[in-house]
Order: sequence, then C-alpha cells, then structure tokens
Amino acid sequence: MRIVLILFLLMYSSIAAAGDQPLRKASFMPLWSTQTQFAGYYVALDKGIYEKYGIDLSIVPGGPERPAADFLMKKKVDFTVLWLSTAIQRRAQGLKLVNIGQIVQKSAIMLVAKKSSGIKTYADLDNKKVSLWEGDLSIQPRMFFRKHNLKVKIIPQSSSINLFLRGGTDVASAMWYNEYHTILNSGLDPDELTTFFFHEHGLNFPEDGIYTLEETFMKDPGLSCAFVKASVEGWVYAFEHPGEAVDIVLKYMVREKIPANRMHQKWMLERMKDLITEQGATDKIGMLKQQDYELVADELRKEGMIKSIPAFPAFYRQCTGYVQK
Amino acid sequence: MFKNRGIAFKLILLVSASSALIFLLILSYNYQSSKKMIEENARQNAWNLSRATVNRIETALRSVQKVPENLACYLENSSYNKDELVRVLRAVVETNHEIYGAAIAFEPHAFDRNALYFAPYFYKKGGKTELLYLGSESYKYFYLDWYQIPMELRQPQWSEPYFDEGAGNILMATYSVPFYRTINGGRRLMGIVTSDISLEWLRDIVSSIKILKTGYGALLSRNGTFITHPSKELIMNDTVFGIAEARGDKTLREAGKQMVRSGTGSISYKNIWGKQCRMYYAPVPSSGWSLSLIFPVDELMADVVKLHRTMLFGGAAGIVLLSLAVVFIARSITRPLTEISNAATEMGSGNLDIDLPSVRSHDEVGRLSDAFHSMRDSLREYIRKLTETTAAKEKIESELKIASDIQMSILPRIFPAFPDRPEFDIFALIEPAKEVGGDFYDFFEIDATHLCFIIADVSGKGVPAALYMAVTKTLIMSKAKEGITADRILMKVNDELSRDNDVNMFVTIFCGILDTSTGEVCYANGGHNPPLVIRKDGDISFLGEAGGLVIGAFEGMTYTLEKLMLGPGDTVFMYTDGVTEAMNEKEELFSDERLERELASLNVVGIQELVSGIMEKITFFTGDAPQSDDITMLAVRFLGGKTFV
Repeated sequence: MRIVLILFLLMYSSIAAAGDQPLRKASFMPLWSTQTQFAGYYVALDKGIYEKYGIDLSIVPGGPERPAADFLMKKKVDFTVLWLSTAIQRRAQGLKLVNIGQIVQKSAIMLVAKKSSGIKTYADLDNKKVSLWEGDLSIQPRMFFRKHNLKVKIIPQSSSINLFLRGGTDVASAMWYNEYHTILNSGLDPDELTTFFFHEHGLNFPEDGIYTLEETFMKDPGLSCAFVKASVEGWVYAFEHPGEAVDIVLKYMVREKIPANRMHQKWMLERMKDLITEQGATDKIGMLKQQDYELVADELRKEGMIKSIPAFPAFYRQCTGYVQK
Repeated sequence: MFKNRGIAFKLILLVSASSALIFLLILSYNYQSSKKMIEENARQNAWNLSRATVNRIETALRSVQKVPENLACYLENSSYNKDELVRVLRAVVETNHEIYGAAIAFEPHAFDRNALYFAPYFYKKGGKTELLYLGSESYKYFYLDWYQIPMELRQPQWSEPYFDEGAGNILMATYSVPFYRTINGGRRLMGIVTSDISLEWLRDIVSSIKILKTGYGALLSRNGTFITHPSKELIMNDTVFGIAEARGDKTLREAGKQMVRSGTGSISYKNIWGKQCRMYYAPVPSSGWSLSLIFPVDELMADVVKLHRTMLFGGAAGIVLLSLAVVFIARSITRPLTEISNAATEMGSGNLDIDLPSVRSHDEVGRLSDAFHSMRDSLREYIRKLTETTAAKEKIESELKIASDIQMSILPRIFPAFPDRPEFDIFALIEPAKEVGGDFYDFFEIDATHLCFIIADVSGKGVPAALYMAVTKTLIMSKAKEGITADRILMKVNDELSRDNDVNMFVTIFCGILDTSTGEVCYANGGHNPPLVIRKDGDISFLGEAGGLVIGAFEGMTYTLEKLMLGPGDTVFMYTDGVTEAMNEKEELFSDERLERELASLNVVGIQELVSGIMEKITFFTGDAPQSDDITMLAVRFLGGKTFV
C-alpha cells in the first residue's frame, strides 16, 4: 500500500515536471485575414511550437474591418502584427507599444504598370493615373512621387485589382506577395509589366513586425519573448517545409471560410521567405536594425507624419536573455 | 537465316509480313484521316455549340443589361426627386425576378449638395424588398469596384462574378451603368446605376452542356477566374493561370491569355482530372467572359478507336487466314516437290522402279512431275539397253581377252629359251596395249647352227591384227624352215600375204638368221624400225635404215639380204614403234635418240636386264600417260662360236 502510494507520488511529480509550469494564455492577431503572409504563426500554433514555449495561444483572425492596432490598443489581444511605419506613428502619438520582433525586413509594397501604357521607368509615371490604397499603405508611394518630383493623378484603390486589370488606372499599388501574383494570374506576364519596388528606391520600410503593449511586455517579458521565439521557429519551420506550411494555412483559411487558392498561398509564402530572410538565411529573423528604424522614422518626420522620433531602445525590445528554454 | 528454310516458311513469312505491313499502313492512314475528320468535326461541333451557347448567354445578358441601361437612360433624360427615384428603383427590383438588388449611386454631392453619399439600394431579402441607403465612412462606395471601374472607364461594366451569401449563396454579378447630365454643354458623370443580377441561369446554361460522356463546358471571367466548372473548388477560387502555374504549363497559360483577351482558339491539354482533352474557347462579347468547351480526346476518338480495333482484329484474322491459305498452296507445291525430290534421290541411288508421286494438276508442278515420269521411263529404257550393250560388250571384251591370251601364248615366252645353247642368248618382252595388238616376235632354230629371230608389227589392232599376226608368224616359220635366206623368207611371205589381201593389212618385219657358230647375222628388213647393234665395247649403232617395203602390201616385192658380223658379247636390239613412239603426258615421244642414249647408259650384264631396263625407262618416261601401242623388244646376244668338243 505504501509502495503504491510512493509510485503514485513519483508519477505525479514526473507529470508535473514535464509540464513544468501551466501554459500561459496569450492571444495574437495578424494584420490581415488568414494567409501565408502569417504562415509562421499558424505553423507554430499547428505544430505545437507555442505550447513548447509554454504558451496557450489563440489566434484572433484579422481582416479589413478589424484593425489590429485598435485591438492591441484596446487590449483585446496581447500580440499583433503591425507595419513599422504604423507602429512608429502610434508610438509617436503616445500609444505605448513596443516592437519585440521585426519579421519582414524588406517592404513588399510596390507599384505596377502595364508596359503597354507606355510606362518603362519612373519618369514615365508623370501625369499618369495611379491608384493607391489609403492610410499607411500610401506613405511610400507618395514619398516616392515627391522624391522624383512626379505629378500623378491619385485615385483610391479598392481591395481588388480589377480597376487596373480593366485599364481603369495606369498604375496600381500591389503587395509583391499578393496582388502582384493576382495580376500575373489574370494573364499578364512579368515582362508585360513595369514594377517599382520601394526598397530599390531608398524607401525600404520594413513591414510586418510583432508588437505588444509596453505594459504587457514589462509585466511578463518572458511571455513576450517566448512568443517571438516560438513565432520565429514557426517561420523557420514554414520555410523548411513550405508544402506543409501552405497546407496548414489553407486548413485555417477553409475553417474561416476564406477562399483559399493553393498556388496563390504558395507564391505568397515564397515571397515572404524572400522578404524575411537574408537570401534564405534564417538565423537573424526578428531583428530590427536601427538604421532601418531611423530611415523610416526620419522619412515620417520629414513628411510631418510624426513630430519627433521615438527613442529606438524604448521602441524595440530585444528578447535576447529573456527566454531560457 | 532463310537459306535453309523451306518454301512454305518463306512464302508464309513474306506474304504475311507484306500483307500485314500493307494492312497496317492502310489502317494507320485511315486512322489518321479519320482522326483528322473527327477533329475537324469536333471543331465544327465545338464552334457550333459555343456559338449557340454564347448566343444564349449574350441574349440573356443583353436582356438583363437592358434594365439598368434603361434606368440610366431615364436618369439622363428626365428630372426626378428622391421619392420618384426610390419608387422607380423599387419597381425595377420587384418586377425583374433575376435582379436581386439595384442601386442608383450618385457622385459625391451630386444629388444633394450637402450629402457626400446618396445611393438608394433596393434588395430582395426573404421575399421582401428592402431599402438601404449606401455610403458611410466605413462604406465609401466610390472606391468599390462596382462603382469605381465604370466610373473610371466611363462605360457600363460587368463586375467579376461573386457568390452572394445574403441572397442565399447564389452566383451573382453586378452590372453597372454610368449616367450623365449635360451641364453647361459638358457631359458630367452623375453616378452609377447598378443591378445585382443572378447568374444562376448562366450556370444552368453552361452546366447543361454535355459533350460526349464526360466533356463539359466552363465559363471564365475576364480575369480568368472560373465562373462555372464541374469542379466546385475552382469556381471563384482559381484561375486558368493558377492551374497553368501549378502545372508549369506555358501552353495553357498562353491559351488563358487568349481567353481573357476575348480570343478564340483551341488547345490540347490535360483537364483537372488528368484526361487528355481538346479545349475550344470563344468569348462572350458583352461581358468579356470566355466560354470553353472541353472534349475528352478518348471519347472523341472512341468510335474511330473501336472501328480500328475491329479492323485490326479483322485484319489480324485475315492475315491468319491468308497464312493458312499460303500454307495450303505452299504445301500443294512442296509436297509433290518433296516427294519428287525424295524419288530423285532414290532414283539417283539406282532404284528406277520407284513409284513417282502422281500429280493431277496441270500446273508447273504437274509438268515437273510429268517430266520426272518420262525421265524415269527414259532412264529405265536406257539402263535396260545399256545393260544389254554392256553385256554384249563384255562378251566381246572377254573374247578379245581370250584372243589376246591366245596371241600371247603363241609367242615364245620361256626364258632362257635355249638353256643348252651357250653361244647366244635371247630375250624378248612384249607389253601389249589394252586391246589386242599386232606386235609379235618369234625365234626358233632352223638347224643346229642357225637361229631365226623376227620382230614384227602388224598394221591395225584387234582381232584382225591378231589373226594376221598369227598367219604371218606361221608363214615365216614355215618359210624359214625351208632353209632359205631372210630376204627370200620375207619375199615369200609377202607374196603369200599380199595375194588376195582384201583387208589391206600389212606387217613390218625384221627377220634375222644368226649363224651361231660364226656370229654372222643375215637379215632382211620389211619396213621395220632398224634394230640397234650394241657392241661388247659399248659402241651402239642403228642397223641401217628401215629397208624394204612392208610385208603384205604388194605382191612380188623383193627384199635385200644384208649381213652383220657379231663378235662375242655383241647384241642386236630389236624393237617395235611402241618403244620409240611411247608418249609421255606432254605428248613427247620416247624417240630413237633416247632409246640409243638409254641403251648406252644402261650398265648391265645380261640382255634380260637390258630389255627390262629399257622397259623401266619407258615406264618412267611415260608416267601416267596411257599406253597406246604394244611395246615389244627383242634382244639377241652372240656369246661366241660353239666349240664342239
């Protein structure tokens, strides 16, 4: 009887040791609806990587009517993905959010024109009709036009690319990983198109980064850093197993009743790899370079979008040392 | 490879192979032509079907387009107030069953100077028609495709089709028509009339297309997105370019580009179920969509393939039948041939009594068989005659042999002939030619001191010569016994022989009489080869020339008697022309000179060795050349006068 009791106690303690600590609940909201733009997070969730880091994560679907920054501000979620330009502005406005991991290093936003409309170089953009998305997505194009002293007729761009495809505008905004592929898969070949990547024009605004409130971070830096580490591990896994990663994301898309096209998601994941890694190297994923930060902040200040540049150390919290695996 | 094969095998192989080849060539040509015809038919069918379908779609689209177009026209040409607009719009939605919703959306501040948005929208919900005013901070309709695209392009536009969840997840598309107002002579855009139109009928039209068994029709939007397709996953979710991208199929992508650019054409490709298909596409002009018709190639070709399979089987069976026929024909030729061949072998081995196969046909084989029959009969007859002739000949030959034996037997053949006469020695040798010849020799004592010796050669051969020889020999002996001289012997014999000589035969004779006591030889030569005298010291000379005429030719001839002195050891060597005219294979004669030379070179003691030695020389000289004449040699050696003790 005593032996049984001892055995029971031993077993119990071993189970407790395996769990170490109970999982900490956390929530995350991507910047947009489910797609491989956020493959790393979905893969980390699906493959149990968050659990491995002690997090019981729930992903709150994002989307056009659900601005992630608002959800973060209202503490409806713990972590979100935001663009660096958005985050710097919010920080400058006084919202105490912090960057805990800069995932995307290169800006994917671009301008696309049909060569048939006579646009070969940026000089040809003068006096052309350009459709731009609203908000932070139009910051770089506007800076670009100003920089090159181009007079363009700007019209608003909807969420579809049909206006451009039907010739309603000469130039359209596109994300390299999304609309650009839609254009290709509407029958326009790359050599029929002229593209303008802002990172090639001195306007590289790193896009998707992981943000949390400073308050959340300070309360439990370990949780934030575990989330970042797990997410980065999810990305690395996704890049190493692209087929599986696409499958996982498609699964979540179907669950959310979002039209899911495999080839499109595959393209998107491949482009995310180009944008996130340094020629495929995954060891530095998540780093925010100070010069990138300063370039973006400086451009925003010059544009009058922020009055002063928030201090880099207060804005970017590196997680080195916070997580003991 | 075929060298050792029979005619039947070669015939079957050649006939079957060449007919199979011809058949396959015709079949494949036929298949190709049929395929072309079928393809052409399919193309025609496809065009007809797509034209008909496109017409149906066009007609339907135009009729639904009419409603917003008429509404736009009304807005352009009449004045209206809000109530009137709402009433008209409600009527439009309520009276057109295919219209699920309609809006008149005005440009900012265009309807009411103070209102940014003005866009009454009626839509059907649960059997009722509801009114909604569109436009808000979160719904800036100016920037939505249904408004923005026709606005920017200034022309009516069909939106990309979509599924409307609110209307019960039905396929819809929005047709938007811009409307204008002329203000200060300029045409100013006032807004967009739009109607949400159910495309379920469209789906019905396209899905009702049944091509062969599994062929189908599909409709693609202006972006290449599938509007209708048998596979639900593709609808509104994938483009033809996405499929081309997934397969890395450049041809399909090119076709897709043609489709979204309102092109017409066709390509061969594998459909999403991996079936080889032919796709024909044609545009739907008013919406810019593309209708494609998919013909599964195997079904298209099913009849042709079936027909050709039957033909192939039929052809194969035909070739088998043909082969059998060839076997039959070949057999009918080769069986008698084989039998004839066997019979010929049998006949070759001597059996002429064999039964030849009887061939009833009158073709080449029949004629060959007839020829064989007559050949066998002729051969049989010939052999019979030959047997008889041979028997006769053998009889003659046997008789001749006997004659020859008799002839030889009358010549003295025992040597030494006179063992009790030491004063001389005599030796003769006759080597008759195959036939009975005419050579002969003879020697006999006339008295105690006289030895008569003769050598003769009867003209001609055979039995007459032998008989003539016997007569001559007898005559000479009888005349010699009378004790007359050699010339007289020859004269008398000549007279005897030439008298009543009807056969014109003659004989050359050398006749000598040796006085054994003195060694004197009295001789006469009747046309014979001159003998050689071999002195003891080795001196050799011919004994004069051929003297006198042959015996038996002319009566009354005289012959000269001549004398020769022999010392002891001297020899007279006589011969017939069989010696000097012996021929070798090069047709060279042994010749007098050679005879003389050989006699001189022979270093022998006795005359027997001398004669035998010359015989050996002749044999060596002639080699394998056949002996054509009798070879006869006679040697007489005087050994010294007899001392009577």
